[in-house]
Amino acid sequence: MAVVFDRPHALVDIPMHYCPGCTHGIVHRLVAEVIDELNIEGTTIGVSPVGCAYNNYLYFNCDMQQAAHGRAPAVATGVKRVHPDKVVFTYQGDGDLAAIGTAEIVHAAARGEKITTVFINNAIYGMTSGQMAPTTLVGQVTTTSPYGRKPEIQGYPIRVCEMLSTLTGAAFVERVSVHDIKNIRNAKKAIKKAFQVQQKGYGFSIVEVLSTCPTNWGINPVDAMKWVQDKMIPYYPLGNFKGADLEV
Amino acid sequence: MGKKVLMKGNEVIAEAAIRAGCTHYFGYPITPQSDIAHYMAKQLPLVGGTFVQAESEVAAINMLYGASGAGARCMTSSSSPGISLKQEGISYMACAELPAVIVNIVRCGPGLGGILPAQGDYFQAVKGGGHGDYKMVVLAPANLQELYELTVEAFNIADKYRTLVMIMGDGNLGQMMEPVQFKDQEDIYKDEKAWATVGTGMKRKHNTITSIYIEPEVLEAHNNKLQKKYALIAEKEVRVEEFNTENADIIVTAYGTVARIVKNVIKLAKKDNINVGLIRPITLWPFPSEAYVKCAEYAKAFLSVELSAGQMVEDVRLAVNGKKPVYFHGRTGGMIPTEKEIYDKIKEILEKLGG
Repeated sequence: MAVVFDRPHALVDIPMHYCPGCTHGIVHRLVAEVIDELNIEGTTIGVSPVGCAYNNYLYFNCDMQQAAHGRAPAVATGVKRVHPDKVVFTYQGDGDLAAIGTAEIVHAAARGEKITTVFINNAIYGMTSGQMAPTTLVGQVTTTSPYGRKPEIQGYPIRVCEMLSTLTGAAFVERVSVHDIKNIRNAKKAIKKAFQVQQKGYGFSIVEVLSTCPTNWGINPVDAMKWVQDKMIPYYPLGNFKGADLEV
Repeated sequence: MGKKVLMKGNEVIAEAAIRAGCTHYFGYPITPQSDIAHYMAKQLPLVGGTFVQAESEVAAINMLYGASGAGARCMTSSSSPGISLKQEGISYMACAELPAVIVNIVRCGPGLGGILPAQGDYFQAVKGGGHGDYKMVVLAPANLQELYELTVEAFNIADKYRTLVMIMGDGNLGQMMEPVQFKDQEDIYKDEKAWATVGTGMKRKHNTITSIYIEPEVLEAHNNKLQKKYALIAEKEVRVEEFNTENADIIVTAYGTVARIVKNVIKLAKKDNINVGLIRPITLWPFPSEAYVKCAEYAKAFLSVELSAGQMVEDVRLAVNGKKPVYFHGRTGGMIPTEKEIYDKIKEILEKLGG
């Protein structure tokens, strides 16, 4: 019988620890499918973050390093400078990348490090139990913005793609979502291109993935998908910010 | 023998590192050690290596984490405030057992302090400036020839034990010039680093570099493994110079450039028939405690002279273990003790003890 659907080889066959309805699993699968399709599992080194995805150094079948909070782009820089011929990626959440690790991601992009970053934006800190993230929307209730995020007190959410796309060293910048099938397919295309941009040596590449956190948003998984569409996308418009025309 | 060259301390470190096979350097500018970065920026690309000026000390130490985890011989350098920033990465690297060399050309603190020589980072270096139970080997050279040799050795120790090694000098050592006799060929410890993340090549299970162990049993076992390694290092890697300690009435302890001043004091004292000895720890960790056990049998007292408010003196007290009185003389803020003031302190102690 023909196999029409299977676990990507680049994903280790062990249970993941993510909450029901969380989209990390989808994004992991997309990254793994891309690694399989590009046939780069043996030449890829990934860097895990601190946050819900901390454990994914065990989930990807390629060599992996687990980094300190926010430091994955610096760690990936170290790896890539030792192995310029290998594929290096980071997988980071919004607290990791856009708060504590802002300097590291901005300067990795500015240096044009030939690495790929998969950036999960779910507008909240998941692992530490639902605190306000740098990407938390105005009005959004979290455990540290219990009255809703108020711009006059907590400022405004950061649009990472828009910010990084101003940097010359950033070659490919795209925001995608995984809240429905069509968008999941688009997300995979973007992740694949981001890896190919790295392989071609154009510079830094990043794909921001709008994701869900039903547990800390306090809503069910189906409503969480709808929340991405209705609340997040209007503030975080999907699309390519840079590098759509790069030949890969 | 190779060539003899007059060089600046900071440049000796950089040259020795390249000779030791260091291929990757990551750093951020800070006085008084920036010459290391200048030298690396110029020389590393010429030998196929890589120099990266990081956006911060935090980034530099994490680049080191990545490069070491990827199997490279690598180094970062900084001075006190920058080393404080690196503590996060140091703790992570210690846990992940990543070998690398970290240079601290110590300046005076606390805070932004000043840029003059000091030894106020002793506690931070030997007691663990970062969180958790870890140690790193701390080497304290006193002259540039030794600085060269210990820098090469630092890379070997790092790879041999999968540990961090810190070279701790003060601003004097970094900035002074002295002749250095280089070898034709360095003695390099070779390790295959089968644990490194270099890509599986689809030939083996994936390698993982990590410092996270969520299960308590597993983390305790990992801690026990680390402690076993530290015990082995403490057994094998102690380095110490004993100078005129036989039958000395008083034994001075000093490391780095301060020990050179003390050697002159010993000469001064000899003229007055006062027998002063010197124990110069070359490894600050592991601390050469054994040397004190022996000397405590006959010396009347011990004196620790430091460019600090009194840090290494605590390890001297632990080593002497109450057998003899232990005194302290220190200067801070970039002030250096003169031979006369150290000698006066020695005479004051001996007078007090009725000697």
